[in-house]
Amino acid sequence: MTQERYTFPHRHLLGIEPLEPRDIQMILDQAQAFEEVCDRPEIKIVPALRKRLVVNLFFENSTRTRNSFEIAEKRLSAEIINFYPDSSSLSKGETLIDTAMNLQAMRPDLIVMRHSAAGAPVMLAQHITKASIVNAGDGAREHPTQALLDAYTLRKHFGRLEGLKVAIVGDIRNSRVVRSNLWLLTKMGAHVTLVGPPTLLPRELQATWPGIHCTNDFDAIIPEMDAIMMLRCQFERGTGAYIPGQGEYVRYYQLNAARMRRAKPEAVVLHPGPMNRGVEITSEVADGPNSVILDQVTNGVPVRMAVLYLLNNAAMEA
Amino acid sequence: MTDACLLDAERMESHLQRLCREIAAAFGTDQSLALLGIRSRGLPLAERLAVKLGAILGQEVPVGVLDITLYRDDLSEGAGVPLVRPTEIPFSLKGRTVVLVDDVLFSGRTIRAALDALLDHGRPKRVWLAVLVDRGGRELPIQADFLGLKLDVADNQRVSVKVREIDGTDGVFLETRG
Repeated sequence: MTQERYTFPHRHLLGIEPLEPRDIQMILDQAQAFEEVCDRPEIKIVPALRKRLVVNLFFENSTRTRNSFEIAEKRLSAEIINFYPDSSSLSKGETLIDTAMNLQAMRPDLIVMRHSAAGAPVMLAQHITKASIVNAGDGAREHPTQALLDAYTLRKHFGRLEGLKVAIVGDIRNSRVVRSNLWLLTKMGAHVTLVGPPTLLPRELQATWPGIHCTNDFDAIIPEMDAIMMLRCQFERGTGAYIPGQGEYVRYYQLNAARMRRAKPEAVVLHPGPMNRGVEITSEVADGPNSVILDQVTNGVPVRMAVLYLLNNAAMEA
Repeated sequence: MTDACLLDAERMESHLQRLCREIAAAFGTDQSLALLGIRSRGLPLAERLAVKLGAILGQEVPVGVLDITLYRDDLSEGAGVPLVRPTEIPFSLKGRTVVLVDDVLFSGRTIRAALDALLDHGRPKRVWLAVLVDRGGRELPIQADFLGLKLDVADNQRVSVKVREIDGTDGVFLETRG
């Protein structure tokens, strides 16, 4: 119980892949302390990032993640600049690198970035030397803070991650949430089952994560699962081209009340949002007693506070 | 590095007893009295004082804990950063007489941070400060209202308080470097 000291050993959070289990543990533990801040009856703001400048650089649409980051930043007393491409020089042909170099010239301390191209924040990190970058989702590659808040929600509910049986169901192919969750859950000793129609379930994932289980038969695995994470059918990313029709998808892969009756009574349902109600999940389940979907949203704020806090400290130590 | 024992467990206990009597004399009739320990070693000291005070005053004295990590102004000093742990104040601060409790008073920066942290949780009627050891070396205009032991310690020396709840033993020690 002494005052333990620790420095987060990463300058950026580009993905879960480069993290060690103890780094993940540290983020989740710190998030718990920030949850206390968020639950305060009076002032839910602490001065930990006072006089630090955070740029939210969102090249791709996002409401939930951007709001969650912005609330986290404000609760840490950071100064915030929001930068969206259609209001910028990008429409005039500036490249990503140009944008990055121009941003750096303005000396921000942290950059939270979302981009539709996988690896965009990794490339940015090679050019930005004076700020920490947080990946808020890049293409179908990683969305590390989503996986961290999922893990936080699971750990809070079950008291552990190790040994949990987690099914991730649906549009595996197009999902960055899956990839970050696969890194995180396998590093922390959970057992992951990926579920979806053959066209949306690329078997090559097993080359990267040999311990995982892949199946097309949702009904067969439901009774064993501690947690069922439903993914959004990303029709805007072309999910529709991979499935014969929405009706058939619903028939085999929708999480509805009938399927929930076969789950463990204590199993929890997660969804990264936004939900297509009536497609991958019914309202009965999404709003039902096993759902922790709104807890995920609540937990996103302290988890992102922890990430920003640890990266800022790491930068100040450097 | 050499270690000298300034207070053994027994003498530390008698200093705590005296602190208690002074707090009781100052606030004896004040039903709103509460103690707030500053993490880490302020908490067990506050808990002990509350038990003794409760016995003297015949009323329960509530105890909370303040984590001041997020309010510090010296995060970049030293190796690593203190981990944030929750603040727990299981009572309303409004109208309270609050006594902040810490083990060692040095620069005063911890107390400055504690006051900022405290005021984010509510508006107490008044805030006083009790410390076991004042080692001198203040960098801010902050003084203890209730004090166990007053020392004047050189810069290359460090005063450390050990408490049985955390360290397995009680005592106040002087470490000299170099």
